[in-house]
Amino acid sequence: MRLNPNIPTGPLAEKWDKRRYAGKLINPANKRHFNIIVVGTGLAGASAAASLAELGYNIKSFCIQDSPRRAHSIAAQGGINAAKNYVNDNDSSKRLFYDTIKGGDFRSREANVYRLAQISNQIIDQCVAMGVPFAREYGGQLATRSFGGAQVSRTFYTRGQTGQQLLLGAYGSMMRQVAAGRVTVQPRTEIMDIVVIDGQARGVIARNLLTGKMERHAADAVILATGGYGNVYCLSTNAMASNVTAAWRAYKRGAACANPCFVQIHPTCIPVHGRHQSKLTLMSESMRNDGRVWVPKKAGDKRAPALIPENERDYYLENRYPRFGNLVPRDVASRNAKQQCDAGKGVGESGLAVYLDLSDAIRRNGKAEIFRKYGNLFEMYEKITGEDPLKTPMRIYPAVHYTMGGLWVDYNLMSSLPGLFVLGEANFSDHGANRLGASSLMQGLADGYFIIPATIGNYLAEISPGQTDAAHPQFALCEEEARNKIDRLLAIRGGRHTVNEFHRELGLLLWNNCGLAKNEAGLKKALLEIPRLRQRFWHEVKVPGSGCDLNQSLERAGRVADFMEFAELMVLDALNREESCGCHLREESQTPEQEAKRDDNRFSYVAAWEYNGSHETPILHKEELAFENVRLSQRDYK
Amino acid sequence: MAIINLKLKVWRQKSCDEPGKFQDYASGPVTNDMSFLEMLDVLNERLTMDGEEPIAFDHDCREGICGMCGAMVNGYAHGRQKSTTLCQLHLRHFKDGETIVIEPFRAKVFKPIKDLIVDRSAFDHIITAGGYISINVGGAPDANAVAIPQDTAELALDAASCIGCGACVASCPNAAAMLFTGARVSQFALLPQGNPERSRRVKSMLAKMGELGFGNCGNERECEASCPKNISIRNIARLNREFIRAAF
Repeated sequence: MRLNPNIPTGPLAEKWDKRRYAGKLINPANKRHFNIIVVGTGLAGASAAASLAELGYNIKSFCIQDSPRRAHSIAAQGGINAAKNYVNDNDSSKRLFYDTIKGGDFRSREANVYRLAQISNQIIDQCVAMGVPFAREYGGQLATRSFGGAQVSRTFYTRGQTGQQLLLGAYGSMMRQVAAGRVTVQPRTEIMDIVVIDGQARGVIARNLLTGKMERHAADAVILATGGYGNVYCLSTNAMASNVTAAWRAYKRGAACANPCFVQIHPTCIPVHGRHQSKLTLMSESMRNDGRVWVPKKAGDKRAPALIPENERDYYLENRYPRFGNLVPRDVASRNAKQQCDAGKGVGESGLAVYLDLSDAIRRNGKAEIFRKYGNLFEMYEKITGEDPLKTPMRIYPAVHYTMGGLWVDYNLMSSLPGLFVLGEANFSDHGANRLGASSLMQGLADGYFIIPATIGNYLAEISPGQTDAAHPQFALCEEEARNKIDRLLAIRGGRHTVNEFHRELGLLLWNNCGLAKNEAGLKKALLEIPRLRQRFWHEVKVPGSGCDLNQSLERAGRVADFMEFAELMVLDALNREESCGCHLREESQTPEQEAKRDDNRFSYVAAWEYNGSHETPILHKEELAFENVRLSQRDYK
Repeated sequence: MAIINLKLKVWRQKSCDEPGKFQDYASGPVTNDMSFLEMLDVLNERLTMDGEEPIAFDHDCREGICGMCGAMVNGYAHGRQKSTTLCQLHLRHFKDGETIVIEPFRAKVFKPIKDLIVDRSAFDHIITAGGYISINVGGAPDANAVAIPQDTAELALDAASCIGCGACVASCPNAAAMLFTGARVSQFALLPQGNPERSRRVKSMLAKMGELGFGNCGNERECEASCPKNISIRNIARLNREFIRAAF
């Protein structure tokens, strides 16, 4: 496998224009002869389906939920970044680029990130034109707020439901193309495998979740926009159905997987409350604009927050990082929360929480103003905890949230498997070792609305359309494999544990050994235990029901089976990267102040893993990262 | 936190073609800080180990925004708690020993699939009929080119907050989709960007709604009362005004 990132030469600011000009075009009348499969209908998938159909391509779109509008992008709360500089605070594409590269701790490609910053403004224009009701100032102009890792106000938002509004916009555009006959949507469908013929991605095997029937779909290109793999930890802020299956199958068919150990643990989530908890809920980072994070100064202080006087509180982020204060990037905020709790200063019943306190902002701006900004988040918090954040500080703790790692893609968003493109969170491309807040919506829409329409033509121009027939023996082979997996799961006799129990066990193993802080011993232990757990899973899991109708336990079993394999690669990657960077903290590599310490001499590369059969260690390919426009520095938010 | 026991009457139905019936279950001891769906998770774990098929129910984000979950709980869509989706409903609102009746959203258009799961794809068809602004990607004017008053933008967002869960339809004696359709029509009627297609949109979406077999509004206001996102029936009034405006 040779990985060529395909980055255009020339000055940073001209690369994207250069690529667009150099890309081959397809005659508008010929586009309709090309069939493209898009898997996933989140921001990246829906926007790609819509914009490609607008160009004239035939799109088959698949999603796992009952409607494309449910994809988990919908749950993104805080906002979307753009370098509009509407508030005249000296923002620019270059500054957004720099903040994003630095926020990612210098582990992403300069060219990709610069393009993202350049496109950011067009996304806002596009979304406003399609009727996204962004927050406005009294004068009718768009409002912005600040997010972690930035000292400008560049985040556009719709209360705490920005992802919902952007997704419904993209969904609307996609449904318009359904009406035009250029997109067909197939909901309640799971992708079981990617079909590769003569080294090119030529289709998928899909399973109808209502009937259990396997289906073959051939195409000229396949786009995966299947989101992240955060659910490998079982408890995360991801939706219940979010999974790694399609991406993992693509990996096993020849797409390299890059930096899988880069997992973002979000600092402001509602803490775990019990053994039966099914998922974790995020409280938007935007609340760190107005909220102050603190713990009691004295370890073991169990008084109610109101009874702890001001001088006995430690506003540790403000004290330690006076310049950025509560708005330090997510990885820094998460690590600090863990350090405070490890030191016995955690609050709440479990001691695994810190306070996020809005009382100063309420005193300053009034309850009504604060409620206008965050109202729906307060309601959500109250529903889950039974407490009112306007009266008592919220308790928060870090939780697995976003995965920067994913399938490796070149500058054109094509994976190492020709014909397979990967968009949004499912790829690894833009966020390095840590994603800044409000950047995932930006990336998803940049990939789908603007990048893939410009780059996919270059690939398609090289092939003739409609060459693949679903009757090809490779389809039969893949279908057989997919069916075998289902049959094997249903055939396990004497199952002793449910799928959930196995998933929880895997999650806990990873959280403890490959979570907020990692070390060699823990990672090696996990590498030993994952195969054992996997083996137990395949002998002891109990999957009820049949494979010929809707069977949610079976669906989940299939996904957990893939997580069990993927987990090993993630841990292997974490073990290989003997440095700390962004969200990836190796305890062996810290500054004396316990900040993440990078090792640029040894690890300034993208770790892209190639599948090498189920019994062999995957092959590591290193894509060296060249920094020609920014100076690598130790991140400093003090 | 307290431990409680609940008696559950759950609608079980293998498929659309087979008749369904209520089945009694004991929740077993559950803590009242658990969510309603977590209670069903625990029950399903038990059913699985007892060799029974677990109860099928739709859910995904479990934070009240994707709109995938939903069931009638004691006769109320998403349960009695105001502005709450089923996944956000917590057991602290139930008493120890209470009986809870759980059944799927019922409406002619929402065909049963299995147990608590129904087919709500009709909502996608209504959106496909015009619930968007017809603009291709590329060439949009600067986002600040058109000023929109703050309160107008907020009203549009109130309408746009609909999560498409179907509680409004399930609660309506006529199984009307007026609140759902009205919310989308309102969002674009309020915004200047929606203006060019204003008439076409409302006529097309309403026609589709009727064609799919949804009923009409009878001013019962059940939809508004059951809506987990507090979508106001003012949006139905606006839908009607838009329709009259388009007709003449």
